[in-house]
Amino acid sequence: MTRRADTSVVLRRWRGPVLVFGPPFLFVLAFLVYPYLTVFENSFYRVADYVVVRDFNFDNFERAIGGELYRRVLYVSARIGVIVTLITLPLAYLLAYYAAFVARRWRHLLYFLVVTPLWTSFLLRVYVWKLILGRTGLVNNVLTSTGAVDEPLSFLIYNQFSVCLTLVYILLPFFFLPIYTSLEKIDPAYLEASADLGAPPLRTLIRVIVPLSMPGVITGAIFTFCLSFGDFVAPALVGGPGGLMVSNVIISQFGAAFDWPFGSALAVLVLIIVLAVIALGSLAEKKSAGAVA
Amino acid sequence: MRGLLARRSLARLPLHASVGLIVVFMYVPMVMLVLFSFNGSKLLLFPLADLSWKWYAVLFADHELQRSIWNSVIVIVAVVPMTLAVGVPLAFALDRYRIPGAAFIEQLTLVPLIVPGLITGLAILIVVKRMGIPLSLWTVVLGHSVGWLPVVVSQVHARLRRFDRRLEEASLDLGANPWQTFRRVTYPSIRNAILGSSLLVMTLSLNEVAITFFLTGKDNTMPMHIWSMLRHGITPEINAIASLSILISAAAVVIALRALRSNEE
Repeated sequence: MTRRADTSVVLRRWRGPVLVFGPPFLFVLAFLVYPYLTVFENSFYRVADYVVVRDFNFDNFERAIGGELYRRVLYVSARIGVIVTLITLPLAYLLAYYAAFVARRWRHLLYFLVVTPLWTSFLLRVYVWKLILGRTGLVNNVLTSTGAVDEPLSFLIYNQFSVCLTLVYILLPFFFLPIYTSLEKIDPAYLEASADLGAPPLRTLIRVIVPLSMPGVITGAIFTFCLSFGDFVAPALVGGPGGLMVSNVIISQFGAAFDWPFGSALAVLVLIIVLAVIALGSLAEKKSAGAVA
Repeated sequence: MRGLLARRSLARLPLHASVGLIVVFMYVPMVMLVLFSFNGSKLLLFPLADLSWKWYAVLFADHELQRSIWNSVIVIVAVVPMTLAVGVPLAFALDRYRIPGAAFIEQLTLVPLIVPGLITGLAILIVVKRMGIPLSLWTVVLGHSVGWLPVVVSQVHARLRRFDRRLEEASLDLGANPWQTFRRVTYPSIRNAILGSSLLVMTLSLNEVAITFFLTGKDNTMPMHIWSMLRHGITPEINAIASLSILISAAAVVIALRALRSNEE
């Protein structure tokens, strides 16, 4: 008797919240958690006669990691991710430092200029490099019409160089934002204190500003790596056969090759690498936070 | 002090110059797109052979493109309320209740932001196929709603964390019912977070290709249509599309920055 009363009280108390908050949680479960788990599940199946067979095995992973071809694509993609991150970092840091400490009156304008490209079409910002670097593109037209070269340069596009250049161009604002946010939070009193204690500006930069901006740098690096590692637009438009990346291979597995389980296995490997980078990042963040304290 | 400042600003010349160069690197391609959209000839060469509006005329006569823009509008109109309907209550639940593993759940909702969009798209594709749902604009809407959910959850949650709950208590003490309290006290303070993230979701959704790639059926969204145009070869019409989209995006940024900035205050 009392227990029934209890449950009805509990029911009444929680009915409102459950009705309001239940559906969103169900949505997350059904369309966010479940799909990612399904990719994982699918990666252990195989395809026979264009049908996915639920026959648990590790063949897909063996093929992806054991075979030279796919291991190389994963390696090249990760390397492009690292290169793009390393090139974008100083550019983004310089911009963010300038916006936060030097620009003063121009601060908002600079912020606006850096952030606006983020809102324009990703696709078109990749495509523009095809116009610039292509065989009949801007650079080659200028070079041939001025007589600087006789033949259009072919090494400008359809290789890993053009993929990296394009990705740096695209991801610069992504890297800028978190760095700028962490620089903006630094109390100017710290900088004054450092100067008053006799530190030259460069030492203030290295000993005070850089350590305090590490969380932003790490967040930006994670974003830049993950977005370039998993991109398929830049390699598809300016990459050519040499600049092929893992996402392009996944696309072909879900398209022409029709091997969803193998495509899923590659996706799982990408996910593992992305999650490892995030874990590494939060570890580094904890370490740098400890160093500052 | 003044002499020191002057010496420092001279020493900073390389700093000014390199920042200038980076901004030039970011904007030369965009300016080029706009200039070449007025180029009469198909050759990419300065000085422009003859200025013309012809590619804009082509663009306004391109019915397939217009249909794809219309499809994108449909997607946006559905995606924004979807992400809000899921994201706002989720942010509230994460803020207000002691849910076991709340931090983990919040991290989970942020996953689509960091995972390559392509994988989010194919994950939903597998589920949708399993349920026997045919691909259409609605599956694209579903994909975008999952993909941009993190934007709404993180923005609204960040605002709620700074919100002083005592204001709500005062309102309830003064005899307002919970609904009135929400509408008159809580909502006004998160309105800008909702507006800002809606605008962000709109532009992200308008430009999205990776999630859409696997989820689109016969009806293409605008970026997917441009994608197929790009695959068929370069036409200067795309430069005209790009110029218009730069214009629209710049306008959207101005509005969104205003909303988000007042959100921070």
